[in-house]
Amino acid sequence: MTFEYSSAPESKAIVKLDPVYKLYIGGKFVAPKSGKTFATINPATEEVLAKVGYAEKADVDKAVKAAQAGLKIWSKMAPSERGKYLYRIARIMQERAREFAVLETMDNGKPIRETRDIDIPLAAAHFFYHAGWADKLEHAGVGSNPKPYGVVGQIIPWNFPLLMLAWKIAPALATGNTVVLKPAETTPLTAMLFAQVCEQAELPAGVVNIVTGDGATGAAIVNHPDISKIAFTGSTDVGKLIARSVAGTNKGLTLELGGKGANIVFEDAPIDETVEGIVNGIFFNQGHVCCAGSRLLVQENIQDEVLEKLKRRMAQIRMGDPLDKNTDIGAINSKEQLKKITELANSGDEEGAMRFSPSCTIPGKGFWFPPTIFTGVTQAHRIASEEIFGPVLSVISFRTPQEAIEKANNTPFGLSAGIWTDKGSRILWTAKHLRAGVIWANTFNKFDPASPFGGYKESGWGREGGRHGLSAYLKGAK
Amino acid sequence: MANSTPRLDVKKTYKLFIGGAFPRSESGRTYEVKSAKGVFIANPSLASRKDLRDAVVAARAAHSGWSSATAFNRGQILYRIAEMMEGRTSQFIDEIVALEGVTPAAAKKQVEQAIDLWVWYSGWCDKIGAIYGSTNAVSGSYYNFTIPESLGVVATFAPAKQSLLGAVQALAPILAGGNTAILIASEKFPLPAISLSEVIGTSDVPGGVVNILTGSSAELAPWIGSHMDIDGVDASGLNKAQEKELRIAGADNLKRIHTFKESASPQRVLSFMENKTVWHPIGV
Amino acid sequence: MALTDGSLPSIKGFLRTLSPVDQVGADARAAMLATRSIKTASKRWAIDMAISMIDLTTLEGADTEGKVKAICNKAIRPDPTDPTVPHVGAICVYNDMVSIARKHLDASGGHDIPVAAVSTAFPSGRASLEVKERDTKDAIANGATEIDMVIDRGAFLSGDLEKVYSEIVFIKSLCEGKAHLKVILETGELVTYDNVRKASFLAMAAGADFIKTSTGKVSPAATAPVVLVMLEAVRDFYQMTGQRIGVKPAGGIRTTKDAIKQLVLVKETAGEEWLNPELFRIGASALLNDLLMQRKKLTSGHYEGPNYVTLD
Repeated sequence: MTFEYSSAPESKAIVKLDPVYKLYIGGKFVAPKSGKTFATINPATEEVLAKVGYAEKADVDKAVKAAQAGLKIWSKMAPSERGKYLYRIARIMQERAREFAVLETMDNGKPIRETRDIDIPLAAAHFFYHAGWADKLEHAGVGSNPKPYGVVGQIIPWNFPLLMLAWKIAPALATGNTVVLKPAETTPLTAMLFAQVCEQAELPAGVVNIVTGDGATGAAIVNHPDISKIAFTGSTDVGKLIARSVAGTNKGLTLELGGKGANIVFEDAPIDETVEGIVNGIFFNQGHVCCAGSRLLVQENIQDEVLEKLKRRMAQIRMGDPLDKNTDIGAINSKEQLKKITELANSGDEEGAMRFSPSCTIPGKGFWFPPTIFTGVTQAHRIASEEIFGPVLSVISFRTPQEAIEKANNTPFGLSAGIWTDKGSRILWTAKHLRAGVIWANTFNKFDPASPFGGYKESGWGREGGRHGLSAYLKGAK
Repeated sequence: MANSTPRLDVKKTYKLFIGGAFPRSESGRTYEVKSAKGVFIANPSLASRKDLRDAVVAARAAHSGWSSATAFNRGQILYRIAEMMEGRTSQFIDEIVALEGVTPAAAKKQVEQAIDLWVWYSGWCDKIGAIYGSTNAVSGSYYNFTIPESLGVVATFAPAKQSLLGAVQALAPILAGGNTAILIASEKFPLPAISLSEVIGTSDVPGGVVNILTGSSAELAPWIGSHMDIDGVDASGLNKAQEKELRIAGADNLKRIHTFKESASPQRVLSFMENKTVWHPIGV
Repeated sequence: MALTDGSLPSIKGFLRTLSPVDQVGADARAAMLATRSIKTASKRWAIDMAISMIDLTTLEGADTEGKVKAICNKAIRPDPTDPTVPHVGAICVYNDMVSIARKHLDASGGHDIPVAAVSTAFPSGRASLEVKERDTKDAIANGATEIDMVIDRGAFLSGDLEKVYSEIVFIKSLCEGKAHLKVILETGELVTYDNVRKASFLAMAAGADFIKTSTGKVSPAATAPVVLVMLEAVRDFYQMTGQRIGVKPAGGIRTTKDAIKQLVLVKETAGEEWLNPELFRIGASALLNDLLMQRKKLTSGHYEGPNYVTLD
């Protein structure tokens, strides 16, 4: 007899899937003009969960018109009342949290422990936080008479579907804008459930419009002349395309893009918590995190100890059914992403780095990649510079704090970084010299609606969260 | 020396300002600048892309020192620029009158506004973080704060008119935020900017923190847009078409590109700063 | 090779090599492990394992011969209606109750249940070394084969690590060949996890067979993160020396859920080798009845009431 964890799957009964999800435009669920749909699957089982409407230019036009109509009501409404709608939304999201969590796990592949404990509560918290801003905008730091942009186009990624929706919609609504939002192609379902929440909250028609589709749908939003601001979270390549597209227009633009975060471990780090932080930094959400600590910079004199403990800890990571409450690593979100991770990991082998993965059983169906670290990595390796967006860590050693900073900053990205040391002055010195927008010292991958998030350099423009993120949805004197 | 021949003026050679030195353009090119009345005044350098390249290298090298100088120290140095300008008021007035064809009174007002603008931005250096930074009440046992810090190397196009005031409003906020700058002077009225570089050269500003190029904005803008080691651009001095091209090229490294209307605005400082958020656990 | 020669510079030097502990991170890890869910089959196993790990304890001023005999009976046959229930790990009593417990156990079929004596002027430890020596010798002479000693927290907090160390070495010398030594750190008085980690290593280097969280007289006692930090310490000590030291949380573990969380901590931190009564004990009294109720529930399928388990 041994001591084993149960397969303790969260019940799917709480989720009622519709066979087909329509677009949410002007407060109504409407079929796309073309009648086209596409399938969304559970990446852990490859089973089709539902069909989803495919929005094209005509549908985006319709959504923008609805958002313009919504703007007339929304931007004129007493700010305190606007705030109360956001409070309502937050409450309903909390009430239906388990439903959201299970649906998110089914559509995305991430573990229920994360959707239940992180994605969904944080999404609701974003609405709570921003609700309170709605009637305090003159304190947002953009002058005494801030104005909304108008209709905002928002395009979000598949790694935190509902949370990214909340990061986008909550500040936009609090500031008096109306939105046309496109969820990611592979994870549209919680956005459609959110549309139901808007209905339950009796949100005025046209304030939130959700169009499902792919890159072409996104392009129709980006290029729409009646959209005043674009907010995008996704890859740096697409971010640059959007920046070029809106050049010469008066559109506002904020971008949350890629990263290659350095997680720096100094010799005096609290090792056990550091190992947890390394694990959380790269294996949280299967490494599908733009701010992942994907480069471990470890001081050479403790490298062996850290790696030994890390490997032992990795052996305890439980990969498998995302709905199982004991699962730590779920499924890779799509076949395409799995291919990309596999290809980049193989380049690590080819370029001479040493690969380590604990033994784990890969389920027969679905898309899976075991937690992996590469040692013997140098700055010149592809796996040290390219964003893998998967559970793959590159380990690089350093000798002095200066060398750590040089290596950490030696990237076009600048989203996140981690610092592990027991010495306060070294934390502040390191934090000061890192060129990154979010720095976690003796912790990693923490998020909060009150905390501004966003990157330096090619990791993006602007911040999301906190007063800084809010101000990106306001026009003031400049 | 008892001679009845009238004394001949000793005229200034107007040069570029790169890395604290005053070189001519490596290209050897100059262009003719005439007064409002059409009289020849000077042959300033027509800066080339290689001069720009050198200016970026100088600005990048200077960034670490300038950004890590204390805010108090930066404020003192910007104030020093104002002091040094004050002593050269009449020279600036003469240049503006000759070039822009405005009255001496209008020129004097522009010079005074320019000096006062340095003083205004000088005072922002050690306040911008207090006003626009924050401590963030996160839900958990963490201390979390956000501070604005310098962006890096910022290129800035001075507006064509009000050449001195324009140069100062294009430079001062960038420096106040801890950035190093490359100023493209007003093409038509470049001389006050060059004289400003001489002021800056004697105002305790470390070499490379400010670099001033004279020449063609249209020629330099595409090189600025595509330069991968420039972090931000104030495009207020460009026309719409040039700005659009700059933005398209600037997307290659996601430059922060902004235009402004007001000369004195904290947004001018903040637009070229990055917000850094730091988390730390609170425990024993 | 000894990790320290017992001199203050040597002890300090040794403790300085230890990595610090971040409190928030340790709390978060312990909280995460508390969310692990256990298979029903494993739950049965875990309940029996937990029962066999219990140091069934009574440490009251009001303890009497009758009370001690009663818990001895409970220790031998925790559930009189079900002979498949294992006996507990040990009986833990005050010094003057040791011989009563030993004799009663021997007379009632509990030969293989050891008696642990809390020793060295438990719980405060505020007595001379002579008194502590006498206390320990007395307990061993009366049949205790496990000695639960307390460290001098005052000395630890004031920096007199030499005193803490030498006392453990001395008490260990009295136990050698006769009794297992459990060293109580009283983590509630050490306060920080850094101190817990240091005291754990100090005790292990001085010869502890077990490190124990608490006397049960100070709150907080065996919190999950404190046990986590001590399990990390024994794991690291094993890496350092090849020697496995046991861990005994005591105080505050009252429910089956609490106990199973402790076992999860053991499994994930020190490893499966520690999942046996030789290396992990739980100092408790009320816990046993809750484990018995849960065990019945697993057998019968319905929830139990407290009147269906014996109240000792």
